[in-house]
Amino acid sequence: MTTDWRPTASLENLRLRAGVLEQIRRFFADREVLEVETPVLGSAPVTDLHLAALSTRYRGPGHDGGRTLWLQTSPEFAMKRLLAAGSGPIYQLGKAFRDGEAGSRHNPEFTILEWYRPGWDHHRLMDEVAGLFAAVLGSGGDGEHGQRPSAGAAAVTGAAAGGSGSGSGSGEKITYAEAFQRQVGLDPHVSTAAALAGRARALLGDAIPDLGGDRDGWLELLLSHIVEPELGRDGPTFIYDFPASQAALARIQPGPPPVAERFEAWIDGVELANGYHELSDPAEQRRRFNADLAARRGCGLPEVPLDERLLAALEHGLGDCAGVALGVDRLVMLAARAERIDEVIAFPVDRA
Amino acid sequence: MATYNMNQVRVGLKILMDNAPCLVVDTDVVKPGKGQAFTRVRYKNYVTGSVNQITMKSSDSVEAADVHETEMQYLYSDGDMWTFMDQETFEQIAASSATVGTANQWLKEEDICTVTLFEGNPIVIAPPTFVVLEVAETDPGLKGDTSSGGNKPATMETGAVVRVPLFVQIGDKIKIDTRTGDYVSRA
Repeated sequence: MTTDWRPTASLENLRLRAGVLEQIRRFFADREVLEVETPVLGSAPVTDLHLAALSTRYRGPGHDGGRTLWLQTSPEFAMKRLLAAGSGPIYQLGKAFRDGEAGSRHNPEFTILEWYRPGWDHHRLMDEVAGLFAAVLGSGGDGEHGQRPSAGAAAVTGAAAGGSGSGSGSGEKITYAEAFQRQVGLDPHVSTAAALAGRARALLGDAIPDLGGDRDGWLELLLSHIVEPELGRDGPTFIYDFPASQAALARIQPGPPPVAERFEAWIDGVELANGYHELSDPAEQRRRFNADLAARRGCGLPEVPLDERLLAALEHGLGDCAGVALGVDRLVMLAARAERIDEVIAFPVDRA
Repeated sequence: MATYNMNQVRVGLKILMDNAPCLVVDTDVVKPGKGQAFTRVRYKNYVTGSVNQITMKSSDSVEAADVHETEMQYLYSDGDMWTFMDQETFEQIAASSATVGTANQWLKEEDICTVTLFEGNPIVIAPPTFVVLEVAETDPGLKGDTSSGGNKPATMETGAVVRVPLFVQIGDKIKIDTRTGDYVSRA
C-alpha cells in the first residue's frame, strides 16, 4: 500500500514552522516594516546564469495565443518596483521557485523571506538579520545553545531572547577574503584559476570537477566545500565584500581590490541569507543584464526577456537601500535541528 | 558508451568510475544561492565494496556501467573456478574463487544464486538468503552444558562453521541465514 500521500515533515515540525512564520511577522510588525505581496508569475525571469526559472503559459482576455509567465526565483524585481514607488521598508514572505534545485537543503518550490531597508547599507542590514535569527532561534542564533525552542508556536513566539530587543543581534562578521585566508590560505581577489585549482585539489583530492579557467567556479567550489562547513558554528557568521565578479545585483566598491557590497549568512554551516547594498544605477543594471544574457548564450542557455519594468523603476529612482533574501525552510531546519529539508516541508517535490 | 547527466544520476544507478563498476548510493545538490550547482555522488565499488565520493559540475556526466544481476544455478567447482548456469539459456559462466569470496561457504550444488555480471563477467556472487546444509561435524553437546551459552560450533558440509543449539547432531539438516551466518531452525 502506498504511503507517499503522507507528509514527510512531522506534525511537530509543521507546528514549529507555523511558529517561525508567526515570529517573522511579529519581528517586522514590531519594526513597522510593511508586509507586501508581489506576483509569483512574472513577465520576466532573472538573468542570472546559475538560476533557472520555471515557466508556464497564461491564456485569457487579450492573450488568446498564450503568454509566457515565469515563476519568480525571488520577489526581488517586483519589490524594487514598490520601493521605487515610495513604499518605504517592506518585506515579503512567500513562495519562490528554482528549476533543477532538489536535495538535502533544496526543494524547487521553497519559502523565501525577502526584505528591503531604504537608506540602509548592507552592514546595518546584517545586524538586523542577526536580530531576526536571535528572535527566531533564540539568543544569538547560536548553533549549540540550549534555548532553542523545542516545538510549537507558543515556544517559538514566547520567551525566545532578542525578539523585541534593539533589533541588533550578535554574529561574526568577516570579509570574504578573511574567510578564504582562514580556511583555504589564499587571497580570493588575486589568486589565479590555476592557483585556486591547485589548492582545491590539495584540500579535496582528485574527486572534484575540472572547472578550467573559471575563477569564480573554483571560488564557489572552495567556498561550498571548504569554507562553508566551518561557518556559523558559534552563532551566525556573515561574510561580506564578495569578489566584484560575484556582485549579482550589489553595488561595487572600486577598491583595490574591487569588492561587491554583498553579504551572505550561515549558521551551523547552512547558508541562510544573501543580501546587497542594492545596485540602483539603471545603466549599470542594464549592462549587467546584458552581460548575463551574453554569458547565457555562451553556455547555450535559452534566451530570456529583460525585466524592462524593473529598469523603468530604476530610471525613476530606487534610492539608496539594502535588501536581503532568506531561506525560511532552512531557518525552520535549524529551529527543528533537522538534517534534511524534507523534514520541515509537508510535501516536497517528490510528493507534490 | 551510454552516459548519465547530473539530472539522471540517482541512487541505485550503475556507473563506471575509474573503469570500475560502481553503484550510486547517495546524491545531493550543493548550490549556493548565487553561483553554480555541484552534484555530490557517493558510490560503492561492486568489487572492493569501498564507498567513495565525487563532486561534479552540472554539465558533467558519468559513464553507465553494463552491470546487471541475474539468478543462476551453481553447478560445480574445481577449487579454482566456480561454474554457474543461466537456467533459461543454459549458458554457463565461470567465476574465480576471489569473485565468489566468502559466499563459497554457503554454496551447495544446484543452489540458485544472484550473480552480478559486469560486461558479461561475474563480479559478485550472492548466495541464497537462506540455505539448508547438513552438519558434517559437531560435538555431541552434553545436556545441561550452559558454559557456551546453550550453543556450540558446527561445521557444515560446505565447510562453514555455524553456532547451533546443543541438540543439533551430525547428519542434521539446518536452515541458515547467509546474511548473518546465523542458525535459523532445523530443516
